[in-house]
Amino acid sequence: MQTEFSNEQQLLRDVVARALRDKSPPAAVREWMATDRGYDAAVWRELGGDAGLAGIHVPEACGGAGGGPVELGIVAEEMGRTLFCGPFFASAVMAGNALIEAAEESARAELLPGVASGSVTGTLVLDDLDSPSGVGGSVRATDRGRLSGTAAMVVDAHVADLFVVVARASAGLGLYAVESGAEGLEIEPRQVVDLTRKLSRVTFADVAGRAIGEVDGETLDRLWDLMSSALAHEMIGCARRLFETTVNYTKERFQFGRPIGSFQALKHRCADLLLEIEIARALTHHSARCLAAGEGEPYAASMAKAAAADACMSAARAGIQLRGGIGFTWENDTHLWFKRAKGSEVLLGTPAIHRERMMTMLEGAA
Amino acid sequence: MTPDRIRREVSAWLEANWRVDRPLIEWREILLEGGWAAPHWPEEWYGRGFTLDQTMVVAEVFREKDVVPAAQVGPRGLASETILACGSDDQKRRFLRPILTGEHTWCQLFSEPGSGSDLAGLSTRAELEDGKWIINGQKVWNTSAHHADFGLLVARTDRDVPKHQGISYFLLDMRQPGVEARPLRQMNGHQSFNEVFMTNAVVLPEDLIGGEGNGWHVAKTTLSFERRGFSRRVRGSSLDGPKQGPIYAEYEEELRIATEPYTWYPQREGRVDLVLPRARETGAINDPATRQEIAKLICLHTGARLASDSAEARRKAGATEIIPAGSIGKLAASVIARQASHVHTMISGADAMLSGPDSAADGIVAEVLVSVPAISIAGGTDEIQRNIISERVLGMPKGYRADQGPFRDIKRNA
Ligand SMILES: Cc1cc2nc3c(=O)[nH]c(=O)nc-3n(C[C@H](O)[C@H](O)[C@H](O)COP(=O)(O)OP(=O)(O)OC[C@H]3O[C@@H](n4cnc5c(N)ncnc54)[C@H](O)[C@@H]3O)c2cc1C
Repeated sequence: MQTEFSNEQQLLRDVVARALRDKSPPAAVREWMATDRGYDAAVWRELGGDAGLAGIHVPEACGGAGGGPVELGIVAEEMGRTLFCGPFFASAVMAGNALIEAAEESARAELLPGVASGSVTGTLVLDDLDSPSGVGGSVRATDRGRLSGTAAMVVDAHVADLFVVVARASAGLGLYAVESGAEGLEIEPRQVVDLTRKLSRVTFADVAGRAIGEVDGETLDRLWDLMSSALAHEMIGCARRLFETTVNYTKERFQFGRPIGSFQALKHRCADLLLEIEIARALTHHSARCLAAGEGEPYAASMAKAAAADACMSAARAGIQLRGGIGFTWENDTHLWFKRAKGSEVLLGTPAIHRERMMTMLEGAA
Repeated sequence: MTPDRIRREVSAWLEANWRVDRPLIEWREILLEGGWAAPHWPEEWYGRGFTLDQTMVVAEVFREKDVVPAAQVGPRGLASETILACGSDDQKRRFLRPILTGEHTWCQLFSEPGSGSDLAGLSTRAELEDGKWIINGQKVWNTSAHHADFGLLVARTDRDVPKHQGISYFLLDMRQPGVEARPLRQMNGHQSFNEVFMTNAVVLPEDLIGGEGNGWHVAKTTLSFERRGFSRRVRGSSLDGPKQGPIYAEYEEELRIATEPYTWYPQREGRVDLVLPRARETGAINDPATRQEIAKLICLHTGARLASDSAEARRKAGATEIIPAGSIGKLAASVIARQASHVHTMISGADAMLSGPDSAADGIVAEVLVSVPAISIAGGTDEIQRNIISERVLGMPKGYRADQGPFRDIKRNA
């Protein structure tokens, strides 16, 4: 199993970081987040399509770059750092991984190339975003693949061309494909805290779905792990950006005739924060390596998701607090990262849920 | 050298030299001459310039063959690393050898009643009289000083310059009339540390290390080794099970004396290894609140290990972040120990009122609860580590100081 990043992976990080710095500055994020679509289609085509990020983890045979969870994590981390707006998480991380892990050979060959090239925007419909054990409670499939039910929050459904749906059929959970515009499919955008990640309610009223795979418990757990690990990376990028800008601010802001960063209460808070972020970052990178190698602790992704969420929220809280009044304004950028941190903290399971999931894997259910 | 090649070479050498009927010191002399006593040391000084990983291979072969290694327990390591880094060739020649053979044990004479965190505020005096340094003053919290042969001593040689500049670093012979060590009892009942009184104690000029007035620099070298030791685990390498042969008896006796002050050290780290067995045994493993806290502990413990491994890898690749990595690791060790102590308390419940053989894990859990407070004090407090991290890693501005100018004018403890 890998323990450090390879030179190629380091290079990937540098290239992605540079492109995002260029294409996704805070001013652009603000502009995009205020639109209904939520992102700039041309920029997404360039990064997701031309640069190959939408298919970074997709096998080459299916039109992707042939990377894995580690490469996916690197991209997610850099996107979290810049708060990139675009359907990367919905399409690449969620729909892409669902197809890779659970779709049959023929469906993978047919559907993945579009997702990998960025020409098709996918999303994954899960009717429970708290824990894998809740999935399939609402959206049902008949034996002929007719879908009914509601998923309360689906990431980027408002722009999706392809809905990959996990639904409960009589034989168990199955994976279904539905194209946008299908009859009986209703999408209602919801009001969200984090404007950089759009959510919609998706309702199926006897929609014709195509059965493309079975989702047993193990597959769903692995899919959940892959998504949680990628999200943990995103949060680490977010946390580090919050942390770095906050530390810099304390060096520049003067009160009582000295920089506020010379006050020990702030220094010690920053030192503790660094430790929390470093530990979470190590767990996060480890989780991707475990998933890539199929080795290590089976609960590595849950450790990463729990630790990264807590660290990211600590960084977000400090980011506001250490800026004082200006930190609480709409005009200052800190709240954008704060809100992403809050959203990511609870998407795919709160830290407490992941810790319980971890303990269940380690010691069995309570 | 590849691990296989090392393995072959050291095995062949042991085949020819290792015997259980040699006296301990004699064996260690042979070990030294063979160059296998401290393979990570430089070639001129008994070593082979090995990396840590290469050294581990050698240690592994020693363990497999039940071979007694060079002496390594306790503050000896601080002494040898400091002397290697800052000592003269003459000092290296005189002191390194008996450290490896186990003839000399050492202690660290840094803290004083009036200055702990503020180590550079120390006031023990060293004055040159008739070509000898005469030492007067008191040290405190000095682990193993009651059986040490030598001490790493910092003392003030000039009171008229700013405090960091007037300090010198000495290698003090503890076996002399002017030095008295009195054991102190700790809150966990053990007596590992001492107070040390120096009354006209003598140090010869050749035992000043790093030059007069340069003691602060040498002390920082010692401290950075000490911090790194907290994040890794320094342990006496007791051999598995009883072994037959005269050399083993001598070795076990050496270990018994040298490790006695440290029997509680694993407890001050929180005994994370006992958490799951205890939780299963008591049924606390089924309590949702306890499960949450155990999971947090596992995340901290695993994450800190991964982070320190990767810092170590980056360091080997040439990054220069030794001191901060030590401080981050030391702070992590405190956080882990406190969380472990918290979890042990949750698991034990009211039984946490009990102590000794009558209590959980033969008293080990009780010892954890009253030993963990030491880890955030010894070797530089958590607050000091946070100062170092914020100033040296994060580049946050230093606070305003009230201790500049000549040492004699600074406000101090009475
Ligand atoms: C088990 C154990 C073993 C030890 N072994 C040795 C040994 O072998 N040799 C040796 O020389 N010493 C040894 N020590 C001493 C140890 O290094 C000191 O106790 C430690 O550095 C703190 O110094 P102090 O006790 O004087 O406390 P103080 O320095 O008086 O600190 C009291 C409190 O004030 C805080 N404080 C002080 N300065 C600052 C600051 N600038 N910013 C914020 N907070 C501050 C501290 O963090 C602490 O909470 C040992 C201590 C222990 C507990």
